Amino acid sequence: MTSDTTATTPTDLAALTSELTSEVAAATDLVALEAVRVAALGKKGRVSALMGRLGSLPADEKKSFGAAVNALKAAVTAALDARKAELETAALDARLATERADVTLPVRLGPVAEGRVHPVSQVLDEVIEIFADMGFAVAEGPDIETDAMNFDMLNIPAEHPARQDHDTFYFSPGADGSRLLLRTHTSPVQIRTMSTQKPPIRIIAPGRVYRCDSDQTHTPMFHQIEGLVIDETTHMGHLKWVLEEFCKAFFEVDAVKMRFRASHFPFTEPSMEVDIGAEAIGKPGQWLEILGCGMVHPNVLRNCGLDPEKYQGFAFGMGLDRLTMLKYGIPDLRAFFSGDLKWLRHYGFGVLDVPTLGGGLSS
Amino acid sequence: MKFTLSWLKDHLDTTASVDQLSTTLSAIGLEVEAIEDAGAKLGAFTVARVVEAKKHPNADKLQVLQVEVAKGQPLMEVVCGAPNARVGMLAVFAPLGTYIPGSNITLEKKPVRGVVSNGMMCSAAELELPDESSGIIDLPATFADKIGQRYVDVMGLNDPVFEVKLTPNRPDCTGVRGIARDLAAAGLGTLKPEPKLGAVEGRDDCPIDIKLEFTADAANACPVFAGRVVTGVTNGPSPAWMQARLKAVGLRPINALVDVTNYISLDRGRPLHVYDADKLKGTVRARLGRPGEKFLGLDGKEHVVDETMCVIADDNGPLGLGGIMGGEASSSTATTTNVLIESAYFAPLRTAATGRKTGLMTDARYRFERGVDPASVMTGLDLATDMIVKFCGGTQTKAKVAGNAPIDQPTIAFEFAHVAKLTGLDLPDSEISKTLTTLGFTINGAPDAAKVTVPTWRPDVHGSADLVEEVVRIAGMDRVPATPLPRLNGVTRAVLTEKQKRARRTRRLLAARGYVEAVTWSFITREAARHFGGGSDALELANPISSELSSMRPGLLPGLLAAVTRNRNRAAADVALFELGQAYRGERPQDQYIGAAGVRAGTARMAGSGRHWDGTAATVTMFDVKADVFAALAALGLDPSKAQITRDAPSWYHPGRSGTLRLGPKTILAHFGEVHPATLTALDVDAPVSAFEIFLDALPPNKTRIKGHLKPDIKGSLTVVLDELQVTSTATVSAKAKPALVASDLLPVKRDFAFIVGKDVAAGDVIKAALNADKLFIQSAIVFDLFDGGQLAADGKVSIAIEVTLQPATETLTDAAIDAIATKIIEEVKKTTGGVIRG
Repeated sequence: MTSDTTATTPTDLAALTSELTSEVAAATDLVALEAVRVAALGKKGRVSALMGRLGSLPADEKKSFGAAVNALKAAVTAALDARKAELETAALDARLATERADVTLPVRLGPVAEGRVHPVSQVLDEVIEIFADMGFAVAEGPDIETDAMNFDMLNIPAEHPARQDHDTFYFSPGADGSRLLLRTHTSPVQIRTMSTQKPPIRIIAPGRVYRCDSDQTHTPMFHQIEGLVIDETTHMGHLKWVLEEFCKAFFEVDAVKMRFRASHFPFTEPSMEVDIGAEAIGKPGQWLEILGCGMVHPNVLRNCGLDPEKYQGFAFGMGLDRLTMLKYGIPDLRAFFSGDLKWLRHYGFGVLDVPTLGGGLSS
Repeated sequence: MKFTLSWLKDHLDTTASVDQLSTTLSAIGLEVEAIEDAGAKLGAFTVARVVEAKKHPNADKLQVLQVEVAKGQPLMEVVCGAPNARVGMLAVFAPLGTYIPGSNITLEKKPVRGVVSNGMMCSAAELELPDESSGIIDLPATFADKIGQRYVDVMGLNDPVFEVKLTPNRPDCTGVRGIARDLAAAGLGTLKPEPKLGAVEGRDDCPIDIKLEFTADAANACPVFAGRVVTGVTNGPSPAWMQARLKAVGLRPINALVDVTNYISLDRGRPLHVYDADKLKGTVRARLGRPGEKFLGLDGKEHVVDETMCVIADDNGPLGLGGIMGGEASSSTATTTNVLIESAYFAPLRTAATGRKTGLMTDARYRFERGVDPASVMTGLDLATDMIVKFCGGTQTKAKVAGNAPIDQPTIAFEFAHVAKLTGLDLPDSEISKTLTTLGFTINGAPDAAKVTVPTWRPDVHGSADLVEEVVRIAGMDRVPATPLPRLNGVTRAVLTEKQKRARRTRRLLAARGYVEAVTWSFITREAARHFGGGSDALELANPISSELSSMRPGLLPGLLAAVTRNRNRAAADVALFELGQAYRGERPQDQYIGAAGVRAGTARMAGSGRHWDGTAATVTMFDVKADVFAALAALGLDPSKAQITRDAPSWYHPGRSGTLRLGPKTILAHFGEVHPATLTALDVDAPVSAFEIFLDALPPNKTRIKGHLKPDIKGSLTVVLDELQVTSTATVSAKAKPALVASDLLPVKRDFAFIVGKDVAAGDVIKAALNADKLFIQSAIVFDLFDGGQLAADGKVSIAIEVTLQPATETLTDAAIDAIATKIIEEVKKTTGGVIRG
């Protein structure tokens, strides 16, 4: 074949189609393919030249020849597109083959994985969650208290032997001879609440308390949580129920064996100490003392301006650190206040471990 | 309080087992702390005789014994290593299977050097008994007829010892008889009647005069003092049974006279004292001490008395402290022949105060400060007289009694129904009545209007609630039926206050930024407290546990920095710790505040710390902790950009790299910055630390987005009723609804500006000026580049490049409009900061 311009027969066009598609297939990269495209479909390309001949053809040939050239153009275009896609895929594959990262390289887990909430804070959140469900608000009071608030108003007169049990931290006496102290229990919050709020009252009062005591199992600072319910009808049966429900919810078990023993606290009458069967924490056969409680003493009500003939209710106090140790199997109280990262990371809780009743207190 | 089972049975007619007694004691408020039951522990050990002793064939120091363990039974072959084992010896034998408490082993059948031992000959140590000799127990020949019998029975060790933890309200239970009375009320037997004493009142008058010498205001210090003289006594050891009981409860027998007083103190909770009458001069009187007086106590130490203390004195001066301790000079000894027995009543509070001042803790003080039965003055005196005459012979005189026993038996109006009202436990009247009567109360009148008289030995019972306690503790707390506390709402309402919620949220926010929460002591060294602006005298403990824990902390940073050091000493270099808790500006309640503080040491940045292939963390800077503060405030719903940042953080921060966030001149929200190098040195921290303190109490309250309250309408949907103008919407709107979203569909336009400003110009001021240039279209401005190198540094200048975002509201901004805003920005920045646009 000497010139496309002379090729007009269907046979010639078929040959040209075959020739051009072969060239397309032979192109090994996108640059070569573009050269093929220009040579065939460019302004001066062979297919364009055929199209240019249309005008000079007689009317009867024009239609059939035009259709044939268009078919030729479509076939070549399709071949070009297909080849282009092939070559692009190959090029991408070739590039990707060179792009390779070591998937075993370690990554940083980020701050949410690193941060921890102290076990005592976590357990306080748990305890609040439980008591909130029973309608208890959270009350607070100062750490530095007066003798009156910490003792006298709670029916513990000066020189009473019960004061000896408290190992109180005192500040130096002021000019008037009175001296402040660090509260030895959270019970002054009872007084502050009853003195400012009319019944019905349902509160818990968590906080730091202080005793001048330090050994294997005692620290000079620890956490207590106080509970107080005052109205006209609440009795010891309610107290027992609240404590039983609390223990089941807190230890996240269906039943807790509890033992209620008579005891004495100057600010409650009658008073009880409460033990739980240590099955709840996986140590069957033992009893563990967890709290003291009782019906608020008439003198305490009177001291707060409440008529004991009309109002009654219960109070309880328990060690938050102790609850934490029992539930989570933490051996040493002293480590709670050491700020030791190893300990805090091990026994602390993740940010997302937010205790809820619906989702479970512990995850 | 300790006592033995046989001692208890002197007062209680019972068949109850040790376990029953123990369970009941704990249940009724007399908590059993320990039971030492030698009978149970050592029941397997028996008396045996060594019949033959031969050297062990394979061991030099061992013998092979043939032991008679019971009459008429075959001999047992026992290997023994004790040097004192010998033929004919009476000893203690443990058969195979016996648990040996002293060595914590259980005997098994296995050969010892080839010879099988069928048991063991025991030493005192192996039985956990006082060990006075080496080798195995060597019993006297008089035990020859006891072979095969239990060792504990033969030795009289089979008397379980109870140790009860008494609560301070029960002075009556400082005597065994009081405990017996409680057990009788609880149904474990009956209280035996008081023993009949012989004729204890003598014929002659008491030769020693006894007087109470108090002014009216101190008359209650010792309102009654009874004495009786016994002449011609022979002091010696007390009877074996008394010595055994005293020993069992941990008291050392001394002589009959002293043992009698100790015994009655334990038996009745009635302390007594015995004086050698020949060592007394003139009148014995109870009076207050006088300045300068002192005496040599029975503890061998000299005690100075003062005018608040009740002393017993003769004409020569104080003999001892009433109700606490007698004196050496007038004490009875082995040669004493004439004695004065003292039985008095000392006031609880004064006794306690004297005890606290002198630091003397004695059995007498323990009882008097709790309140000894005032009616026991004469019974105690008579009991002692009876025993002394029995044990030591002699002749007693008449009693001499000065004053009157302060017997005050209150009568309490008591409705039996109070028991059910206060405890929820509905008991039959008969049970209530029986319990109180058995405890010694007297009941007059019907159950709905009874008058109950309190026995003299129960000074703790004052009112109806006390009687309820007596009834319910004896009935058993376990019988109180658990009763659901009524729910206040169908679904629980939120209970936390805004401050409490903020504390919780801050805690989790800081933990989410990689901090680990610490809880550190509320008290620190005074030095550290002073360094952080505290350490005043008012906040200094008078009796700290150590100087390390003596000053109430003025802030949370000292504790955290100390923790940084401790952790760094344990090879944790990069430390991010926070604490949320109280600190103290003064001693008043309102001076206590809640803060949140954090420290980042080394490279403990939020994105990670230490070396890493993807970028080793840089040392923490002020901006790490500034970000913590801003993130915390934002998490609490506050806009930190609304607060001012000033450069006046306290002295423990780096003066040039720290800031204070405040609302107005008075309200400080937070400090942040690098910790001052001198502070780090003072607290022994060897790494750069950046820190922040947020004052949660100072944060302004959150404004509710819609001020109003929810009001249900007739159809049950809720409408928001605004507090100011009432708008009721047809749509159901919640008070928690977020404000409507204002967002334009038009694309924002960003323009960059670089300003050359003096190096002291704050970037924040440049941003503020840019934002102020046009309130309508400028949405935000950020600093994207800072440059102070090259010629700029030489000129004392810095380049601050900002990106300003313009948000068209209704139509696209034309180029001309954008240029106009840009011009305004350039002018505003120049006007307020002197900055010029970089060419």
